[in-house]
Amino acid sequence: MSAISFQNALSIHPQALLVRAGRSEVLANNLANADTPGFKARDFDFQAVLNGEVEKQRSLEMNTTNNRHIGGRVQEDYDLQYRWPTQPSIDGNTVDDNVENAEFTKNAMAFNASFEFLNRKFNGLTNAIRGE
Amino acid sequence: MSLTNVINISGSGMTAQSVRLNTTASNLANAETVSSSIDTTYRARKPVFQVLQDSLINRDFSAVDLETDVGSGVKVAGIVEKDAPLDIRYEPTHPMADENGYVYYPNVNVVEEMADMMSASRSFAVNVEVFNTAKTMLQKTLTMGK
Repeated sequence: MSAISFQNALSIHPQALLVRAGRSEVLANNLANADTPGFKARDFDFQAVLNGEVEKQRSLEMNTTNNRHIGGRVQEDYDLQYRWPTQPSIDGNTVDDNVENAEFTKNAMAFNASFEFLNRKFNGLTNAIRGE
Repeated sequence: MSLTNVINISGSGMTAQSVRLNTTASNLANAETVSSSIDTTYRARKPVFQVLQDSLINRDFSAVDLETDVGSGVKVAGIVEKDAPLDIRYEPTHPMADENGYVYYPNVNVVEEMADMMSASRSFAVNVEVFNTAKTMLQKTLTMGK
């Protein structure tokens, strides 16, 4: 019988949570720079990054030539893209407060959803370990 | 963690917007500050914002590249005086009038300043909102597994 594997038990949710947190940083930076001349709003495709991230976690494992080597994985940065502005402004800033605010809120809600999933997984594991 | 960065970012946004509110308050307070020469007249002040980049020390050099560099907030690069011409009025009876009877009023446009004030306070509120949301998200992660 195999032991409980965190990797399998938690599935994609820890990565999803991290990507959500990373995206909130990008969106918060957009909002903070809403009045900075020439600033271009940035964002990334959550779906693509999550797919890529999971792909990377699987593929970029380090080689071990000795069984005492500690295994590791390489983390890469997200592919950031530029927001397509709906209305150009004269100072070259492409931040639309309302769009960014909506995206930030949606991202926060999705973060909470991912967190709930992860939390339930932990609760399930705890129950399994206790065996009550 | 990224969420603590969000708090720093929105904090920098709040600081920048309060500087903007400060200059607006200064401009409005000095809107009627008259003077008897061009050089000594108050001129409207405007902050210039700039993207705040991570300090080089904290930076992973292999990742320095414009495509991945989002920046980590906003900073006030400087405060500049407005270029618009001063409001010169002929008021010979004014106690501050020069020998030709002219009084120099600042180039403060009150309507523009009011619009700026509204914009600054709204941007400030947006940053507060972001701050609060990030705080809730962080608090939530601390309760994981409970």
